[in-house]
Amino acid sequence: MSSSPSSLPAPSGHVITPHHARWLVIVRKLLSFLFVVALTFLALLAVTFFIGRIIPIDPVLAVVGDRASNEVYEAARVAMGLDRPLPVQFFAYVGDVLSGDLGRSVSTNREVISDLARVFPATLEMATIGIIIGVLIGVPMGVFAASHQGSWVDHIIRMLALSGYAVPAFWLGLVGLALFYANLGWVAGPGRMDVYFEGLIEPVSGLLLVDSLLAGDTEVFWNAVSHIVLPALILGFFALAYIARMTRSFMLDQLSQEYITTARVKGVPGWRVLWVHAFLPIRVQLITVIGLSYAGLLEGSVMIETVFSWPGIGNYLTVALLNADMNAVLGATLVIGMVFIIINKLSDVLYGLLDPRSAR
Amino acid sequence: MNSLQQWLSDESPETRWQASLGRSWRLLRMLMKNPLALLGSLIIIGLILIAAFAPWIAPQSPIGQDLGNRLLPPSSEHLMGTDELGRDIFSRVIHGSRITLLIVALVAIISAPLGLLIGAVSGYFGGWVDKLLMGITDVFLSMPKLILALAFVAALGPGIENAIIAIAITAWPVYARIARAETQTFRQSEFIAATQMLGASDTRIIVRHVLPLCTSSMIVRMTLDMAGIILTAAGLGFLGLGAQPPLPEWGAMISRGRTFILDQWWVATMPGIAIIVVSLGFCFLGDGLRDVLDPRHEGQR
Repeated sequence: MSSSPSSLPAPSGHVITPHHARWLVIVRKLLSFLFVVALTFLALLAVTFFIGRIIPIDPVLAVVGDRASNEVYEAARVAMGLDRPLPVQFFAYVGDVLSGDLGRSVSTNREVISDLARVFPATLEMATIGIIIGVLIGVPMGVFAASHQGSWVDHIIRMLALSGYAVPAFWLGLVGLALFYANLGWVAGPGRMDVYFEGLIEPVSGLLLVDSLLAGDTEVFWNAVSHIVLPALILGFFALAYIARMTRSFMLDQLSQEYITTARVKGVPGWRVLWVHAFLPIRVQLITVIGLSYAGLLEGSVMIETVFSWPGIGNYLTVALLNADMNAVLGATLVIGMVFIIINKLSDVLYGLLDPRSAR
Repeated sequence: MNSLQQWLSDESPETRWQASLGRSWRLLRMLMKNPLALLGSLIIIGLILIAAFAPWIAPQSPIGQDLGNRLLPPSSEHLMGTDELGRDIFSRVIHGSRITLLIVALVAIISAPLGLLIGAVSGYFGGWVDKLLMGITDVFLSMPKLILALAFVAALGPGIENAIIAIAITAWPVYARIARAETQTFRQSEFIAATQMLGASDTRIIVRHVLPLCTSSMIVRMTLDMAGIILTAAGLGFLGLGAQPPLPEWGAMISRGRTFILDQWWVATMPGIAIIVVSLGFCFLGDGLRDVLDPRHEGQR
């Protein structure tokens, strides 16, 4: 941790101005970010490779069938590259993944990578709406709880936040379906849209809400809204619980600082103290929290998608699991893992870049 | 009773026994002042008692079928109704507490010591050992836990043992991080130097002097993590990858009730309530324990 004096003599004798130093810091941080991400990817690949090796199913038998003679079996084994030493197999695997080859899915009989590209937008759409709900409700809730610390509203918000750690997502989805779809009829049931709208909209971005608006088909749009509202609200609840809890704790830290007291003594209006003096300094920390919970939602959508038959990557993964379709399982694990890691590390690096205290 | 209290809260204990008992006594008193922590410990104690005495509490067998009484709504005879095979859901939920407790305990027993050891070794030796071990830990920390557990179970095959192994594999990195941070705070202190001077081996110092000091923050973290472990295990059960039928695992029970959710809501709802109550119990207790054992986080409640 070097402090940042006004100018530093560079090794070559040039003088680096603070402006240059700031850029150097950014470049250095981005490089170390890329390095860490690459390393973590490699480890993730090692894990999926390892998982692929410990499956009790013999991949050769799956291809040649159990009646094949020994010669045929051996030939298939060599053709599949399974006779090579493990490190060689691993590098071949990394090469395959880097060139976008995740193998073929047994159940859909298509390339796993093209399957994943087809289903990913559905997950992205739901998780994005979920995180928007989580931020729009969670942040004000956290701020309110912190400014009314110890009141009954604060206790209710704390309970709500804790229940985000205690309620199973799939259970909430089922109960929500029973209540709001079957009994009250407020929302549409499972799936992304009603069956008779299926295939009407040409996928452009893959996001149904966007595509239906682009096509100018408001009927499909509102149908899609009625389908996404419940799963997105449930995902949003889990984001909200975490975001509200963290916002509250960051705000309590700020509100106990002396400059807040000074501002109040000076006669700054209460809302201004709260939202300008206390809230603005925590926005960088909040970005990290929001990034982490966004990544968490991509993961959490596995359960929600299964319950709502949502045709996204989570549903794809669980269907593949039930069919013992290992290429599809490992491919989906890899893609979710990579997105998770990127968002995770990106929010770290954003924190470092945006917080002037750590930009040294 | 009064003299016992006095003996426990004695400021100058005569034996090591008295000192450690006295410390636990003071912690317990502080913990009981927090209503949520009190509620949490009552729930956990209740869970343990119910699991221990399940065959005596449950009115019926958890696996005995009675097709004549299938899908009955909750009544005084069947407190939580019956499922599609006529089994009493209340009895199944009671017996399910054993499975939940087993999963939680085994995951804790596998992952906590592993994380503790890696973290303590890392913090004690420092240098390249630290860099290597923490590098591995960080890599695992930044991977999605649920997805990894799913992939592991898919490879190992469904079943409760494999579910426990998969959850434990994804749970240890947090403990390693905590143990390392804790170890670093007293790595340079004089009692470690004194023990080294006395000729104690590194193994002895780590096992006898470093590990015990990490346990309190470890217990806090584990209690807070229990809810997550329960939810993951139930999720695996829900997907059919955890405990297999006819075992009364709560997640698997919800999965069976999914077919009937629109008409016979109780089949899926009741086990879910059990999951929520137990998870909340661990959350409350963990929060309370943190306030008592780890006063640094006082402001963050």
